[in-house]
Amino acid sequence: MTSVIVSSPYVAQGSTLKRLMIQVIIALLPGTIAYAWYFGPGVIINICLAVLLALAFEAGILKLRAKPVMPHLTDFSAVVAAWLFALCLPMHIPWWLVLVGIGFTMVAGKHLYGGLGFNPFNPAMVGYVVLLISFPREMTTWYLPNSVSGETLSLKEALAYTFGGADIQQWDALSSATPLDQVKTAVAQGITVAEIRLSPVFGEYAGKGWEWIAFWWFIGGLWLLATRTIRWHIPVALLAAVIAMSLLFYLINPETYTSPLFHLLSGAVVIGAFFIATDPVTAATTDTGRIYYGLLIGCLIYVIRVWGGYPDGIAFAVLLANMCVPLIDYYTQPRVYGEK
Amino acid sequence: MPELHHFHGGLVLDGHKTESLARGLQQASLTERLFLPLRQHIGDHNKPRVEIGDRVLKGQVIASDSALICAAVHAPTSGTISAIEDYPVAHPSGKMDTCIIIEVDGDDKAVEPIPVDLDNLNPDEMIELICRAGIVGLGGAVFPTSPKLSRGKAQGIDTLIINGVECEPYITCDDILMRFNAAEVISGSGYLQRILAPRTTYIAIEDNKPEAIAAMAKALAEHPLAGTEIVSIPTIYPSGGEKQLVQILTGKEVPHGQLALDIGVFCQNVGTCAAITHALEKDEPLISRVVTISGDNIAQPGNWEVRLGTPISHLIELAGGYRYGASGQLVMGGSMMGFALSGSKVPIVKATNCIMVMREETIPKSPGYHDECIRCGKCTEVCPAQLLPQQLYWHARAGAYERTQEFHLFDCIECGCCSTVCPSRIPLVQYYRAAKSEIRAAQKAQFKSDRARLRFEFREKRLQLKKQQDEERRRLKREALQKKKAGAGNGKSIEDPVQAALDRVKARKKNAQEDSQ
Ligand code: SF4
Ligand code: SF4
Repeated sequence: MTSVIVSSPYVAQGSTLKRLMIQVIIALLPGTIAYAWYFGPGVIINICLAVLLALAFEAGILKLRAKPVMPHLTDFSAVVAAWLFALCLPMHIPWWLVLVGIGFTMVAGKHLYGGLGFNPFNPAMVGYVVLLISFPREMTTWYLPNSVSGETLSLKEALAYTFGGADIQQWDALSSATPLDQVKTAVAQGITVAEIRLSPVFGEYAGKGWEWIAFWWFIGGLWLLATRTIRWHIPVALLAAVIAMSLLFYLINPETYTSPLFHLLSGAVVIGAFFIATDPVTAATTDTGRIYYGLLIGCLIYVIRVWGGYPDGIAFAVLLANMCVPLIDYYTQPRVYGEK
Repeated sequence: MPELHHFHGGLVLDGHKTESLARGLQQASLTERLFLPLRQHIGDHNKPRVEIGDRVLKGQVIASDSALICAAVHAPTSGTISAIEDYPVAHPSGKMDTCIIIEVDGDDKAVEPIPVDLDNLNPDEMIELICRAGIVGLGGAVFPTSPKLSRGKAQGIDTLIINGVECEPYITCDDILMRFNAAEVISGSGYLQRILAPRTTYIAIEDNKPEAIAAMAKALAEHPLAGTEIVSIPTIYPSGGEKQLVQILTGKEVPHGQLALDIGVFCQNVGTCAAITHALEKDEPLISRVVTISGDNIAQPGNWEVRLGTPISHLIELAGGYRYGASGQLVMGGSMMGFALSGSKVPIVKATNCIMVMREETIPKSPGYHDECIRCGKCTEVCPAQLLPQQLYWHARAGAYERTQEFHLFDCIECGCCSTVCPSRIPLVQYYRAAKSEIRAAQKAQFKSDRARLRFEFREKRLQLKKQQDEERRRLKREALQKKKAGAGNGKSIEDPVQAALDRVKARKKNAQEDSQ
């Protein structure tokens, strides 16, 4: 009987990396479907395109780096990164922008640092921010949900736009700024929040359509918590920080500051809290550290939204917090057994 | 019932215990040849006390040493010493070690026991008898019991913990021992109490062993011990780890760099208690132990009382042989902390609590690569030592051994919880073991070179000192001489006869010359 010496433990328990990623994809489904429901098929096109490109990039780079391709390709981490990246994009965007963004996500965001596990910055946010800074006009042209405009682009029209470079003017009537954007510009012009809220893009609590998408992200987040794919510290701390900040300023002056509910349900707060900030590779690793990390992102989101140059701040907030992670980890090391 | 406390992390594991519990405690037959490694404990090396061709009797010392941390090896049966040579032994590195090989004669003739007046022994005499019997901790650590007892007695013990927890999957030897030999365990605990005089004694057993708890309770009722309680503790791996058990029962943590003894807690395994009973009551040294044989590739998993030195292949035969053919993996210990054996020739030693006979599919070979750490922190959640396993991994892999020590590498008890839950399936503990042995090797080399340097420096100093002393001596001589000269010139106090004679000759010559002119 010949034996190969391998080291104990000889059991494995719990999810593998691949299972974790599949859980994330499952959790993304309800929100993604809601997104497509309210805003048309553009988002699905973006996701498919981004995922395919990401897989192609991943395979190519792994090959160049002489790493095993299939095991890494099938761990689905590239799929998740591409999916999250695509969700940040406007619903309709030319294909080459997706290519550029995914290129940055996979190359600069992930593999230049050594691949999964070594990247200090959230790759999807890296790709998104590069696009946002380089192509501000394309990246901030959003479309109205069908509940406002009564129609969305059909699949054919959306495809034509993404790949054929169809004239954007044609659908200009449907394009608009996001509710967050509108609030920002309006407040800057001295219009009160109550007046802005009369605009048809607003629903019960926040932007029409947006509020329901946020709800479905929340359901997905609960799924992640229930399957122990993520832990509660980051989302709870992040949401708490956003609520606390917005409540504080709302109480000070409800004329110029929107309500906590509006902040929670607009833009990417919920998806950010459960899906983006919880990327384990780039987040803090200790329990206390994760609370600080979540709080930091929450505060930064609010600051950027209200006083910064961009309508929404998730991407910048996450990247800034990523920079603080080594520091947070260092100062929140748990006490070792037997130490005073 | 004491208030139970929690330790950080840990895992609820699939126990795999029922398979090996079905057949009770079986007696293993003698085989033709026994292979006894000279050293079967943690500590100093033994020297062989027999020569090739010697006839030995059961219970006779065949290897020992006078060092403090040492435990003698005895002949498990009667026979003839046929060789003293290197032979494969149970070691994680798969290396060979010197073994005394006994050709068994089948008579099983024992040395005459020396009768003792057990009731009138004082603690030191009891420790001496335990030392003579070669008893070591049978829970896996194999630390010699007598020096531990001496130290415990000297420092004073508040709490005695009899460890019948047995938290690792597959292992059931302590469970079986408690079910079938509870009385021996209880009286062994009584002897420990006599030696250590603790205030409280806890007999800790995991709550997944109700039969063992019942048997022990019955034995305790028949032979009551003062201040003794049987405590059923929750089944969470690794609750049987000494530090974790101390924390569960007393709420205290063993301070960094110290032993449980240092906070007045003495832990001993149930198997060791039974061995102490044998040693004191029957003058029978440690020559056999209960071994679990289990795993998915053994026909009849079970527990056997086996003579030390029996090759594992014999035990496999007794247990009905392989279930799916003789391929796969042999592991000594349980599935969490055990290690793969080089083959079935390896003999049973004092540390062998369990042999896992596993199929190839159950213990797949490492694919040669693993996913990278995604910093998910699951390892941190389960680490009972409250370490940051992913940081340890990061630095161990980079060879930054100083950093690993900053992250308390040596507080890692190698329980395997972190590797078990890691979603990237990184063999974390393997990295820690490698780092630890690298550091130890470096320290050894450092120690050696330090010693060489010290020796060199000492020699240099000695030579220099000698030179200085020589110079000093010469200087003193010179000074004395000068003083003498000076003294002669000044007061003529000291008459130099030679000089005087010369002077006289000179004077005479002068006079003669003056005369002739
Ligand atoms: S469990 Fe594995 S992947 Fe997760 S942090 Fe620990 S080492 Fe990294
Ligand atoms: S093996 Fe070491 S690092 Fe891993 S969980 Fe156990 S004590 Fe912690």
